[in-house]
Amino acid sequence: MIRLIVRRLLYLVIVLVIITFLTYVVFFAGNPNNLAARFAGRDAGPAEIRDAAIRLGLNHGFWYQYWHYLVGLLHGNFGLDFQNAVSINSEIARAFPVTASLVVGSVILWLLIGIPIGIMSATHPRTLRDRASTTFALTFLSVPNFVLGLLLLLVFYYYLTRAGLSWFPAAGYVPLTQSPVQWLVHMILPWISLALIQAAIYTRLIRGSLLDVLGEDFIRTARAKGLSRRTVIYKHGVRAALTPVITQLGIDIGTLLAGAFVTEKVFGLTGLGQLALNAIGNEDLPVVAAVVVLAASFIVIMNTVVDILYAVLDPRVRLA
Amino acid sequence: MALLEVRDLRVSFDTDDGTVYAVQGMSFSVGAGQTLGIVGESGSGKSVTTQAIMGLAPGAKISGEAVLDGADLISMSEDELQRIRGRKVSLIFQDPLTSLHPLYRVGHQIAEVMETHGKVARKEAIRRAVDLLGRVGIPEPDKRVRDYPHQFSGGMRQRVMIAMALAYEPMLIIADEPTTALDVTVQAQILELLGRMQQDFGTAVILITHDLGVVADVADDVVIMYGGRPMERADVRSVFVEPHHPYTQGLLESIPSYSGRTGRLKPIQGYPPSLMRMIEQCPFAPRCAQVRDACRVAPPPLKPVGSSPGHLSACVLDANRVGLASEPDEAGRAVGAAEER
Repeated sequence: MIRLIVRRLLYLVIVLVIITFLTYVVFFAGNPNNLAARFAGRDAGPAEIRDAAIRLGLNHGFWYQYWHYLVGLLHGNFGLDFQNAVSINSEIARAFPVTASLVVGSVILWLLIGIPIGIMSATHPRTLRDRASTTFALTFLSVPNFVLGLLLLLVFYYYLTRAGLSWFPAAGYVPLTQSPVQWLVHMILPWISLALIQAAIYTRLIRGSLLDVLGEDFIRTARAKGLSRRTVIYKHGVRAALTPVITQLGIDIGTLLAGAFVTEKVFGLTGLGQLALNAIGNEDLPVVAAVVVLAASFIVIMNTVVDILYAVLDPRVRLA
Repeated sequence: MALLEVRDLRVSFDTDDGTVYAVQGMSFSVGAGQTLGIVGESGSGKSVTTQAIMGLAPGAKISGEAVLDGADLISMSEDELQRIRGRKVSLIFQDPLTSLHPLYRVGHQIAEVMETHGKVARKEAIRRAVDLLGRVGIPEPDKRVRDYPHQFSGGMRQRVMIAMALAYEPMLIIADEPTTALDVTVQAQILELLGRMQQDFGTAVILITHDLGVVADVADDVVIMYGGRPMERADVRSVFVEPHHPYTQGLLESIPSYSGRTGRLKPIQGYPPSLMRMIEQCPFAPRCAQVRDACRVAPPPLKPVGSSPGHLSACVLDANRVGLASEPDEAGRAVGAAEER
């Protein structure tokens, strides 16, 4: 078990190094003069561009630059952005809590919706309840993210406010530390919009996985032992049906932490997704690179977490 | 009085393609502490019969009677059946790897039975699980009790299943092809263990198998099943020495011999009947070499045949015409040998 964790962490480090290297090559290994010119700004003369090149360390060789970048990253330093010459760290520090709030809240919400409906569907296959849950799933699987977000805004912001009930704001983010209530009020609609679509996926996922498990021989054994239906379904069935759900959850959390672009855009949340979109628009390479490295790291880290969770949940994996 | 008396059991399943009449009138009985072998080929309804009785056949429509210890299992509610399963009747299945939960320790899985039925504390239940594992011949049971199913070999897993089946000292164990998935050498060990546990605990056993050799070794009584119906019922000796039903005779003649007898095997020609409709004749009639017009009118009822009491055959042929046409074969000798032991 400990060997498995150590090996997984070792892989994690190797993959992260490879990611940073590829990112660095793609983004920074171009013509140093072009990079420096972009950093120096549109009106800069040759002297200013040379200064910029020195400031960015572009006068050094590639490996020195990469090493410098890597050491910076290890110290949690993403460098300066081109646009405003401010530390990228502070921008990420501002954007990350927004995205994290969005993701954590909606994950909890979609699991609370998806798991019970999925279990109900699987334990009553081909009944009215199952068909209702399929309808729910297909509806929200088919609705594009931004349409659902805008519909929520239309109903809960526009109509309610016109009716004199200003319960929900149109957009924006209030830090949890500043006002927990305002934080909640600002996050509810984004949470719902993201969670309903994800819950649709998880409903199907859990239904399928649990239906498979309930057809297994060991479920028949559990029933043959005289265990109650509850024990059979929850202790023996759901327990074994969790594996694919955890895989998907790990990937989803990793991906969304890198920025829930559409949801952030619709609800005016200045999270990592927004940061990346703005940076791309401004051709702000270091910021884009920082978000790419972060995004890749989240996904790799979540995969490692999933791998370790597998070993905790399934004794057969511990041998590997 | 018999421990379990099954009368005219009928089981059907409604599927998208129509109704499957899996069991079309099955009757048998098991005495306390006795072993009944139910023999039949794949799809003859032998597993469905026992699973339907125990309420373990999802979606099955069941009629008939199955009286266990004075109470009819067929008319019981799911809650009542739950209190029977694992407590009065245990089941052992074919593949011990897929039949054990992969994510729980074997000790836990055995202890669960005692905790469910006896309100036994966890610690005491685990202690008893260790004791049971030792009794079914698992070395170092105090260590193995903490292992997971994948850490056992096939034979050892089936021993775990047997320990689990014995956990609440049931009156009846239904063993559904318990040795089919195992190596031949391990098969004998498991059958021997099952027999010994049966002696120790005084448990009756229903042994479902397609292997007549297994039945010859361990059964007291035998039911031969075909097309969802009993073809012949008798004590084990009569089945092998004085088989009456042409299907039983066909089965015995299709067993390969390893000594003496030479020549070709005599397989039964044709295929088992489709169960997608009610069979309104003798199910074996289409494959039977001695078929008569009477066979096609209605399924023949069981009638007494041969010389030993309780020997029943669902065949219209003359009741005194018993025994194989050819010389006694391997299985017959196996019975003889078993009796000499």
